[in-house]
Amino acid sequence: MLPDSLSDNPTAKALADLATTGKFEFGELTIEVAPANIVAALDRAKNKLGFTRLSTVTGVDRFPAEPRYEVVYHLQSVTDKGRLRLKARVSGENPEIESACPVYRSANWYERETFDFFGIRFLNHPDLKRIMLPEEFEGHPLRKDFPVTGTRY
Amino acid sequence: MAIESGVTSALEVEQDYEKHINDPKAHRTMVLNMGPQHPSTHGVLRLLLELDGETILKAAPDIGFLHTGIEKEFEAKTYQQGVTLTDRIDYLAPLSNNLVYCLAGEKLLGLEIPPMAQYMRVMLAEFTRLNSHLVWLATHAIDIGAMSVFLYCFREREEILRIFEMFSGQRMMTSYFRIGGLALEPPRGWQKRVKDFIDVFPSRIDQYEELLTGNSIWMGRTKGVGYISLEDMLDLGVTGPMLRAAGLALDVRKDAPYSGYEKFDFNVPTSTVNDVFGRYQVRLLEMRESTKIIRQALEGMPSGPFQADAPGIVLPDREKMKTQMESLIYHFKIVTEGFRVPAGEVYQTIESPRGEVGCYMVSDGTQKPYRVHWRGPSFGNLQSIPRLIEGTLIADVIAALGSMDFVLGDTDR
Repeated sequence: MLPDSLSDNPTAKALADLATTGKFEFGELTIEVAPANIVAALDRAKNKLGFTRLSTVTGVDRFPAEPRYEVVYHLQSVTDKGRLRLKARVSGENPEIESACPVYRSANWYERETFDFFGIRFLNHPDLKRIMLPEEFEGHPLRKDFPVTGTRY
Repeated sequence: MAIESGVTSALEVEQDYEKHINDPKAHRTMVLNMGPQHPSTHGVLRLLLELDGETILKAAPDIGFLHTGIEKEFEAKTYQQGVTLTDRIDYLAPLSNNLVYCLAGEKLLGLEIPPMAQYMRVMLAEFTRLNSHLVWLATHAIDIGAMSVFLYCFREREEILRIFEMFSGQRMMTSYFRIGGLALEPPRGWQKRVKDFIDVFPSRIDQYEELLTGNSIWMGRTKGVGYISLEDMLDLGVTGPMLRAAGLALDVRKDAPYSGYEKFDFNVPTSTVNDVFGRYQVRLLEMRESTKIIRQALEGMPSGPFQADAPGIVLPDREKMKTQMESLIYHFKIVTEGFRVPAGEVYQTIESPRGEVGCYMVSDGTQKPYRVHWRGPSFGNLQSIPRLIEGTLIADVIAALGSMDFVLGDTDR
């Protein structure tokens, strides 16, 4: 359900049936969807609403809240240069979500980065492995329960 | 032998190779490990190339050698301290990074920046573009074999670094933009220094063009090399001059003007050639446009304060601090604990020399950012490497990589 303040926003309206909530703050539109609907939402944003560019994918750890992780997608339209933020919350116990790679090929490395730093698994990702840290690294450093000083010292 | 998607460690490659070399029926391809110390990778990029003769069948980039955990570090620093980290992400465009970080923070705080500081930011951001493009041209030319261009470019770059030093006291890690305005008052006599530079700079660009544009070796190495279709680029997340050299005028300075760019008159150069030569031309034209913007900023520089009127966020004037109790308290509080930023999230983008830089800043209402995510343009651009070089000859890899203009610090963060 979208709040009433978004009722005259055409982008929000087009995604209304998939959205769980949304907001318009600092001139930026955010739409939250259930993790199961994320690929459908991205697909509609790309193919129906013209958001042809995926600017970035990242995560936010809301530890100790539950669902713990937010997976955040920033999209941009190349024609009218508008931007859209899509968000899905995944649980801390089993952090996994469908990969956006079939819709946007650029999601590949961004999802690998999010997996590397947060340990969120992207299902059906073509090559899900660490990208920045060495393969044998233990833990996911951008989680809030990972110490800033590292674990080895 | 082929690069499997899971194979990246040198050991696995070797084991695979052992297995393969003993198989007499296999079609002989070779895997070449390029980097992470190869000079043309400008930093520490590692490429695994599968070759059939001199043709590249498959390429697999391997990054992360320069990862320094900057995004984690942001969470342990106050907002103002975070500025110094941004310099070190893309060390060839420190002021662009300062700018995007400050704009994101100011958006959350709802700060109004005085026009003088805005103009100064635009001017120095354009100097950063010149600086970065000059390093790019110098090293790209040296990669392809045009040695002398390097010396010409570094002559001008040195002067730009001196200008940075004059403003901020630092040549590279400037941290000159702060949340709320500029770090220091602009130094006395900066106008003359900047004017002297931009008066001669267009003629210096002519010199580079004389050395390169009509040069048959240069044309042979760059024309028709490094083609990648516009659709592929958009789909793979490429931004910046590469995209503009394919004819799409995507530039954040025009699309969502920040820091007063809407007041400046400039063009976004594009080309439809879409090869290494086209990217070279686009970047040279961008340098000319930047000179135009700097001249407009110099001539139209408004007078007034260089910091926002925001006690509690901007450090008070030294004189006031010594005479007024209130200012002293603010000074103490800002220095010891920083300032609180209202909860919220913003995604601020600007056009850096390499493309779109994005700063996703999440605040939970405390003095430290809850999360800062950095969308580096080099990271997005690098993702297109396999598409860019597969099927080409190995000698062209150097030219194609150079035309991307990536900085590994920006990729690995």
